[in-house]
Amino acid sequence: MVLEGRMNRIVEKKQLSDTVFSVAVEAPLIASERLPGQFVMLQVSESGERIPLTIADVNPSKGTITLIFQAVGKTTIMLSRLAVGESIMHLVGPLGNPTHIEKVGTVVCVGGGIGIAPLYPIAKAMKEAGNRLICILGARTKPLLILENEMRAVADEMIVCTDDGSYGRKALVTAPLQEICERTTKPDLVVVIGPPIMMKFCSETTRPFQVKTLVSLNTIMIDGTGMCGGCRVTVGGETKFVCVDGPEFDGHKVDFDNMMLRLGAYREHEADANGRCRLETAVPVKQG
Amino acid sequence: MNSRDGLDKNAKQLLAEIVARREPMKAKDRMAIPPQEMPCQPASERIRNFNEVALGYTVEQARVEAERCLQCKNAPCVEGCPVRIRIPQFIKAIAEQDFAKAIGIIKENSLLPAICGRVCPQEVQCQDPCTLGKSLKNVDKAVSIGRLERFVSDWERDNAQAATPVIKPETGRKVAVVGSGPAGLTVAADLRREGHAVTIFEAFHKPGGVMVYGIPEFRLPKSIVRFEIEMLKAMGVEVRTDFVVGRTRKLADLLGKDGFDAAFIGIGAGLPRFMEIAGEDLVGVYSSNEYLTRTNLMKAYDRENVDTPIMHSRKVAVLGGGNVAMDAARTARRLGAREVQIVYRRTETEMPARVEEIHHAKEEGIVFNVLQNPKRIIGDERGRVKAMECLRYELGAPDKSGRPRPVEIKGSEFLVEVDTVIVSIGNESNPLIKKTTPAIQTNQWGNITVDERCKTSMDGVYAGGDIVLGAATVILAMGQGRTAARAINEYLSEN
Repeated sequence: MVLEGRMNRIVEKKQLSDTVFSVAVEAPLIASERLPGQFVMLQVSESGERIPLTIADVNPSKGTITLIFQAVGKTTIMLSRLAVGESIMHLVGPLGNPTHIEKVGTVVCVGGGIGIAPLYPIAKAMKEAGNRLICILGARTKPLLILENEMRAVADEMIVCTDDGSYGRKALVTAPLQEICERTTKPDLVVVIGPPIMMKFCSETTRPFQVKTLVSLNTIMIDGTGMCGGCRVTVGGETKFVCVDGPEFDGHKVDFDNMMLRLGAYREHEADANGRCRLETAVPVKQG
Repeated sequence: MNSRDGLDKNAKQLLAEIVARREPMKAKDRMAIPPQEMPCQPASERIRNFNEVALGYTVEQARVEAERCLQCKNAPCVEGCPVRIRIPQFIKAIAEQDFAKAIGIIKENSLLPAICGRVCPQEVQCQDPCTLGKSLKNVDKAVSIGRLERFVSDWERDNAQAATPVIKPETGRKVAVVGSGPAGLTVAADLRREGHAVTIFEAFHKPGGVMVYGIPEFRLPKSIVRFEIEMLKAMGVEVRTDFVVGRTRKLADLLGKDGFDAAFIGIGAGLPRFMEIAGEDLVGVYSSNEYLTRTNLMKAYDRENVDTPIMHSRKVAVLGGGNVAMDAARTARRLGAREVQIVYRRTETEMPARVEEIHHAKEEGIVFNVLQNPKRIIGDERGRVKAMECLRYELGAPDKSGRPRPVEIKGSEFLVEVDTVIVSIGNESNPLIKKTTPAIQTNQWGNITVDERCKTSMDGVYAGGDIVLGAATVILAMGQGRTAARAINEYLSEN
């Protein structure tokens, strides 16, 4: 077992859409320990922020992990600019509780936008555990739809929606989810990963049917190991830390409204950093 | 308050008088020497920077202070020190201007004197029973043992006098040290000296534990912690950062598959406690761990150059009365908050913080609101903190901790306008090792249970520091580290 210094080198890079990237990173220790549902904390520069990203895929024999992310903020933009061969300065994991994978019968996996990336390994594992797998993928518009083929390969039934109707069914994911819950045989488990508002409404959709619903939360994190409480959410009236008690929780018990409020804590700062980051690279520096 | 130059000038004069004496000083002469003040950055200046507040004794100040020691036969100070440093001997060496000898004596027992000299609560340890202080009926007039310890360790570092310790012949045994705080660093140093191969595993991207994420730069410059870690590396200790034992690799695998013969767990008390009152989930409520980690470890105070954000707070309330509460309050002040208050449900007498920190906090304009505690935190329509509803308290009979129990005064509610609340009421044990290592026994609070040699319920696995004691001090962690290292060394020779 290799305990030599990891280099966190990027060995493969793909652009899945305008703002969505996939990188395979050399991280043999993380690759060998990682289970579906877990995440890493990473830092791209010494002065950069620590951010969490779910591990979308893993290749233990090659010793690599795959991270799929949307370049929306300063750190993810900088990450998207790293080339093959370059390293991610700091990478630590695998963190968080792995998803509880079990054969329960019929599992519906609902992915919204970039949430499809962390959903994929869970869907795959649920299928491998012997469940009947229904996948619902949603995105605002066709270019933002990712991993369609990969999901189709594991799904027994697949529904694709876009908000604007540019691909698949013109609908929000809650519509097909509702229809599936209304079937004579309800699903046994629903797993939802996507923007907080989407996870909230999907949980509200399944609530009247009393279908167990798991959500994977993506709060702001600083350390990722449970020592600061920055990622705290209220679940069933209790304070839980997403990084060590989660990242998955019962969607019917999560206080999504508070979670969304807390996610906005540094909005002004983020907008400012984003602006500066784009400006720095957009404006060429005149030499001489 | 005198400037460093002014204090130095006075010290030079005193020293000249002492040196000029033809006869050795008697106890009453020593008692008459004024205690040497620690030169500090003036409060108005230091609230605008994160530089160290206490500037350190000058050579003459140290020599004068050393002359105050009565060299009494009993030496109660030694008993008061958790690691039993031969205090009168090192002080005598300072008086004799043999600073190398002084630091050598300290390092027989303490491996982190530059740190302990700064952060130890000397007023309840070595300085509390000091004969001089007792004779003068004032603990503040005890020999400034901590300041002298700091002086010689800084001297050693600044004059490049620190020699890499001698390592015994390689034993071929490997020890895994989990956590790079004071306990872990101490175990690593001691075991490496015995010739064992040591690897420190640190979850964060920078080693040092609470000394880098918790204690602010203005109390403990990080260059000092880095120096100690470089010394360990020079000794041949391997430091693996970004490695969370229990997640990146299970402890059992390190021992069973990766060739480690023994392990030490020094993961600290890193799980913040919250008040569990309404409004604690509002934007603007921080645990002190989060506030300090953003500021100290991630350097959020450097708003120009660093990405990690921290709120632009104007009115801050820090809940708690320990060193961490003082650190959080003083950090908030330096980050630009105009009003910073400590809110504490008992009185100042019961506050566990170091006397020096309370004193410095007050000088920096931090208001101490005692016999108060918040009932709930109130937010605005955007979910941001705008006020706290507090209750007044009075002191009743002692509780389990031995301190007077704070009793609510019914109907005494009042509102305090704040935009930030920093909860600094203590930390519990981080549950990660326990969760991922079922064989390790813990108590109901998650502290790892150990015997008097710091051995856990797992063979070959030892633990020490805050994970065993609950949130405590650097020196207690170091003391347990030494105990554990001795036990591990014996264990390795027997197995």
